[in-house]
Amino acid sequence: MSQSTTDPRLLRAPPKRKLRLSWADERVRGIVWQVVVVGIVGVIVWWLWSNTVHNLEVRRIATGFGFLEREAGLPIAESLIEYSPTDTYLRALTVGLLNTLKVAVVGILLATILGTLIGIARLSRNWLLSKLAALYVEVIRDLPLLLQLLFWYAILQGLPGPRQALNPVEGVFLSNRGLKLPWIEWQDAHSFALLAFILGAVATWLYRRQALAKQMRDGQPRRIWPVALGAMVALPVAVWAAMGAPWTVDWPALRGFNFRGGLTMSPEYFALLLGLVLYTAGFIAEIVRAGILAVPQGQWEAAQALGLHPGQVLRQIVLPQALRVIVPPMTSQYLNITKNSSLAVAIGYQDIVSIANTTLNQTGQAIEGIAIIMLVYLTISLSISLFMNWYNAKIALVER
Amino acid sequence: MSDLTLTTAAATSPEAAPRTPPASQIGLRGWLRANLFSSWINTAVTLVLAYLIIRWTIGFIEWGVINAIWSVPENQTQACRDLRGVGACWAVITEKHRFILFGTYPYEEHWRPALVCLLFVGLYVVSAMRRFWRWELALVWVATLAVIGVLMWGGVLGLSYVPQERWGGLPITLILATFGLAFAFPLAILVALGRRSKLPAIKALCVLYVELIRGVPLISLLFMASVMFPLFLPEGMNIDKLLRAQIAIILFAGAYLAEVVRGGLQALPKGQYEAADALGLGYWQKTGFIILPQALRLVIPPLVNTFIGFFKDTSLVLIIGIFDLLTAGKTAIIEPAWQGFGIEVYLTVGAIYFVFCFAMSKYSQDLEAELNRHRRR
Repeated sequence: MSQSTTDPRLLRAPPKRKLRLSWADERVRGIVWQVVVVGIVGVIVWWLWSNTVHNLEVRRIATGFGFLEREAGLPIAESLIEYSPTDTYLRALTVGLLNTLKVAVVGILLATILGTLIGIARLSRNWLLSKLAALYVEVIRDLPLLLQLLFWYAILQGLPGPRQALNPVEGVFLSNRGLKLPWIEWQDAHSFALLAFILGAVATWLYRRQALAKQMRDGQPRRIWPVALGAMVALPVAVWAAMGAPWTVDWPALRGFNFRGGLTMSPEYFALLLGLVLYTAGFIAEIVRAGILAVPQGQWEAAQALGLHPGQVLRQIVLPQALRVIVPPMTSQYLNITKNSSLAVAIGYQDIVSIANTTLNQTGQAIEGIAIIMLVYLTISLSISLFMNWYNAKIALVER
Repeated sequence: MSDLTLTTAAATSPEAAPRTPPASQIGLRGWLRANLFSSWINTAVTLVLAYLIIRWTIGFIEWGVINAIWSVPENQTQACRDLRGVGACWAVITEKHRFILFGTYPYEEHWRPALVCLLFVGLYVVSAMRRFWRWELALVWVATLAVIGVLMWGGVLGLSYVPQERWGGLPITLILATFGLAFAFPLAILVALGRRSKLPAIKALCVLYVELIRGVPLISLLFMASVMFPLFLPEGMNIDKLLRAQIAIILFAGAYLAEVVRGGLQALPKGQYEAADALGLGYWQKTGFIILPQALRLVIPPLVNTFIGFFKDTSLVLIIGIFDLLTAGKTAIIEPAWQGFGIEVYLTVGAIYFVFCFAMSKYSQDLEAELNRHRRR
């Protein structure tokens, strides 16, 4: 970056020195050190590897991933795809992976919302609200997550049975069988409406980009909300209405000893989600608070002095600057939620770790089982990191 | 001179005498107005929150104190069961507190793990005091850990021998956390230095280690320790479960601490490195005398935060069946008579974890304020 100011004579490469075979030569020392360290690590790895191979032979365990094709015979309580115990291990592991993703994605979403609210509450001018938020953050962060999960699970298990289920709102039932919510009966019309919404969102985004580019040229602000309303609300509603506007709500109702219909959240899933969201929200709240505090007071004042209204100040001045501070630590919190979802195994939610663990107990394929767990998490971690790095680069401060 | 007379005149004139602000702006009333009732929306928030806090507090006191049962005779828990949801059954704690704290350690020898816990706490307190931050502290650590080993195992000095399978509860949590830290920290420093090294092979090894460990959950490492380590070792050689979990925790903590230490190394101005080079110091002299003392000082607060996280994470050994504090709590309510009293037990165990973590977090905040004092004007 300072090349233009450097004396061109200095740009010439330094004269090549001959490699002297002496301890005094830095490069020789470097090479020797590397050979020694790599050698030691190599010997240790080789030793562990040969032990493993020998032990596997003694115990007659065949290595390889052939077992994935065998019948699993393990029952899975909740699954996003069709599954029965006669399916293969591969299918069982896929179910586990989807269950992990289900809790991670929903958890990330809810924890971000709750954490942001608590972070803002902590900065509130209302003394009671800010102290309460501070108390929440302090307590939740000082208790082990596993303890919290066991605690929520114990509370859910202590709830009355379906016949005496708590019914706080019409159609919502909370019992020791989990949480029951009303849900609309999904039909083709809903799928098409959802598709229309996604297309509308993409169209709005493209329009917004163009409008901003035009604004950069002529300085005239353009309204985006009419287009957004048309493409993201009117279009899906129109599609839905054109297909007959089906609208049947599936209310959960007590039949015999359990509930029928509606959307079910098992106690395991509910406890895991609750624990993960409440725990991570405590950390996210601190990140959001630090991000907002990192924007100097002068920025608010300058924006107000320019005549921007409060919404604009927040959206166009403060948030872009706060996000720069918020995004990197937020990435690691998202990674943490995903990794912490593996604690599911302690309360019996069947995620990838739980199913891989059962698999390795049933088949004795310990190395393959652990390798699958690690590979899955490394892939998820890497994808989240790459996405957040891309987003971070996008919002980073562009200097000259 | 005329200025002076003017000022005196102004000061003596009754209109200019300092007046107290209106009563609504100062004192308790002013504070309440500014912080709780500054606008109608703020007033509404305050009233709703106050109502909820009072209701929940009263509810909790009714459940936890007024309606609670503190002890029952001879495992007769029917009285507790009748009160489910109305009153807490602290009798489970009265009955099981020794088991939760010390696991299956022989009952009449419980003073030994109790003393061990006190020794650990003493060690933490001494290590936290800045006036003891000298190299002799390492000797204190070695000596204390040796005494702890003698107390736990026994077999010498007239103490009866207690095999490791019978250890449990709080001492296991403290052992996992303390030994984990004592070994992970030096490892972390080496790895952090390696990652900043100019030697490509060493740097690659360190990056691989850190990223691999940080990319997977601790549970997968603990599973690895419990099912794969036995395969790694030559036939006939076996290390026990606690030690295997301890190794997994050290490897895990090492990677996270290494990243914190690396942050400190990067935050140090380049001039420090160059000045050390200019003095003709070798790599280890430069690192030991110039770089590390400054870099570590910079990262003490995040280090303490990592320690807290790591103290909490030792509870994960529950999943591979090691008898730490949380496992002891969970096991205490397996007995049919005491089943279903999880909330009381987890609240108690949580309180113990909270005391340790809260103390560390307060300490880290105070230390941060103290270390940053020179930066503030």
